[in-house]
Amino acid sequence: MRKSSSTTVQELPGSAAYRPTPPPAWRPRTDPAPLLPDPEPFRVLGTAAAAAADPELLLTLYTQLVRGRRYNTQATALTKQGRLAVYPSSTGQEACEVAAALVLREQDWLFPSYRDTLAAVARGLDPVQALTLLRGDWHTGYDPYEHRIAPLCTPLATQLPHAVGLAHAARLKGDDVVALALVGDGGTSEGDFHEALNFAAVWRAPVVFLVQNNGFAISVPLAKQTAAPSLAHKAVGYGMPGRLVDGNDAPAVHQVLSEAVERARSGGGPTLVEAVTYRMDAHTNADDATRYRGDADVETWREHDPILLLERELTARGLLDDGHRRTVADGAEEMAALLRERMNADPVLDPMDLFAEVYAERTGQLGEQADLLRAELAAEAPEATGDPGAGAGGPRGDEGDAR
Amino acid sequence: MTTAMTTAAGTAAPAKPATMAQALRRALRDAMADDPAVHVLGEDVGTLGGVFRITDGLAAEFGDDRCTDTPLAEAGILGAAVGMAMYGLRPVVEMQFDAFAYPAFEQLFSHVARMRNRTRGAMPLPITVRVPYGGGIGGVEHHSDSSEAYYMATPGLQVVTPATVDDAYGLLRAAIASDDPVVFLEPKRLYWSKADWSPDAPAAVAPLGRAAVRRRGSSATLITYGPSVPVCLEAAEAATAEGWDLEVVDLRSLVPFDDETVCASVRRTGRAVVVHEATGFGGPGGEIAARVTERCFHHLEAPVLRVTGFDIPYPPPMLERHHLPGVDRVLDAVARLQWEAAN
Repeated sequence: MRKSSSTTVQELPGSAAYRPTPPPAWRPRTDPAPLLPDPEPFRVLGTAAAAAADPELLLTLYTQLVRGRRYNTQATALTKQGRLAVYPSSTGQEACEVAAALVLREQDWLFPSYRDTLAAVARGLDPVQALTLLRGDWHTGYDPYEHRIAPLCTPLATQLPHAVGLAHAARLKGDDVVALALVGDGGTSEGDFHEALNFAAVWRAPVVFLVQNNGFAISVPLAKQTAAPSLAHKAVGYGMPGRLVDGNDAPAVHQVLSEAVERARSGGGPTLVEAVTYRMDAHTNADDATRYRGDADVETWREHDPILLLERELTARGLLDDGHRRTVADGAEEMAALLRERMNADPVLDPMDLFAEVYAERTGQLGEQADLLRAELAAEAPEATGDPGAGAGGPRGDEGDAR
Repeated sequence: MTTAMTTAAGTAAPAKPATMAQALRRALRDAMADDPAVHVLGEDVGTLGGVFRITDGLAAEFGDDRCTDTPLAEAGILGAAVGMAMYGLRPVVEMQFDAFAYPAFEQLFSHVARMRNRTRGAMPLPITVRVPYGGGIGGVEHHSDSSEAYYMATPGLQVVTPATVDDAYGLLRAAIASDDPVVFLEPKRLYWSKADWSPDAPAAVAPLGRAAVRRRGSSATLITYGPSVPVCLEAAEAATAEGWDLEVVDLRSLVPFDDETVCASVRRTGRAVVVHEATGFGGPGGEIAARVTERCFHHLEAPVLRVTGFDIPYPPPMLERHHLPGVDRVLDAVARLQWEAAN
């Protein structure tokens, strides 16, 4: 009679019967249940929790949202006037941007992607400095240490390991510092996303990852980006909690991020937060969104606008009247007018800056090239700008005798 | 080879034979002892002490926080090092093997190399990336690449490679002390080369960007670096039998490039051969030959020749001896400099 192979005891010639030993006991390293996100995004507005929300926080969020929206429309207008080379708008995502800035303390660090200019401005960065990259006069128009904002990052997800490393270093030094890193849904497919989350969890680094899931990576919809139940679910694979939040519900994003930041600050390690939101504008002004999405979707999300949602709540609670609304709108308009005025001035650039900060000490090779450019500039205009860092190639320069 | 590699080390304490691996380890140890900001991180650098044992004992002496075994992920290692450097540390990253560094190239090219420039000097990144490189040790695929051309082609990186035990110590100390990122290429097959070298009186920290003349000569200049330096020294000794007196210049630093030393030598000898293991087409030798030609054309008695690895993916270990430039191939090139015709 045949036995099933799993129960067969094979008699090997000349040896005792082989009897499999049971494998060592296996158990999960971490209980996955507390790490799993709730199936529905966390919401405050329109729930009972809204009534308990701090009025001052709600008004602050409202003011920042309105300013943020105005900033987005103004920056978009500046691209049409040729003042910005490109602007990746965060219209519709302002709640994420604003909350990211507001949950951090002064000593904390923000790691923005290229779409997160608004988060940097909400953290206190000069709007013109924030737009330098997009205008094209320099790659980073600000000192990252002034407001603890890393340079706006154009490659996808590569800023995430930086956030981990910085948070890790700060903890090694005993400093109370949390890093908050922003990334889009497309960025979660990149290898650096994986490596950053894995490092953060293994090191228990005080870092928070905020994925702004705005539905599209340029034109590719989320369904073609990932087969995961949600982007927040990815957290459990790294051993960190995943949190799902309505990205258009400003107090909800603020609360979830605050909890994650507090968890990081108190030594609890990293958190992955997915904010479900929608990019109302095209990817950038260079993109035609009608090729990959229908108006119906956009209209649905227009009803779920972050400013609209908060305005309803504030009005219902009697915290916002027409006068206050107008004051907030006027403030935003003033900000936009100032931005417009400042951006209308042509930046003054010194071409010799090209060689200023490639290395701490200019190489002989760069010295020779600086000499070439200086001569070209002098030929263009005799009173051309000087080059404080120059040294005619320095002592390493070699004019050669072939010329 | 051992004798040829011996250089005049500081000899206040009695020197005894030491390997390049020991000198590198000592350099890391001294840098960590001198500056608490220096952190070593990478795969296997802690408990194991690195697959080549370059980091042996560092975790025991300085703790896991200073010499850290990381998850196996090169982009993550270098990316985390960027963040650590942003916060004032001086990370020294180990890439374990040349071809293992490729996943980290985006971090290297997109961030490490240009953070100083992009932030107008506000955020320099003093990171040292140690990359054991090159062949000759019988490694299987992905364990013997010479990738220096990629690094050289990236503005913002310094690219350094020692060929002597002295330089292994001095250049690594200089790399770690540098306020700019340094790709520190360690020639694997010289790890076990020895020289009289005393860890009690190591050579001074060498300035980056200076070549060294390893052998004086008058007939032609062999321009080389890293694992090919001993090959060229051996070739120069063998060439004396033919009446050739070859000068050997060890570049030590590919970026910045020491035009001064190289061109002074070529102007004196009038002939030059560039020797390296990396592939020839698009390789470092093309750049070096062009620089020399541009600066020394009227002193040249012959075209600048290149002796390089073949333009092939690095071969399997049983065939690598045919790929690597050896003494005979160097001597053949020297002969092609039309020695007799010119004299």
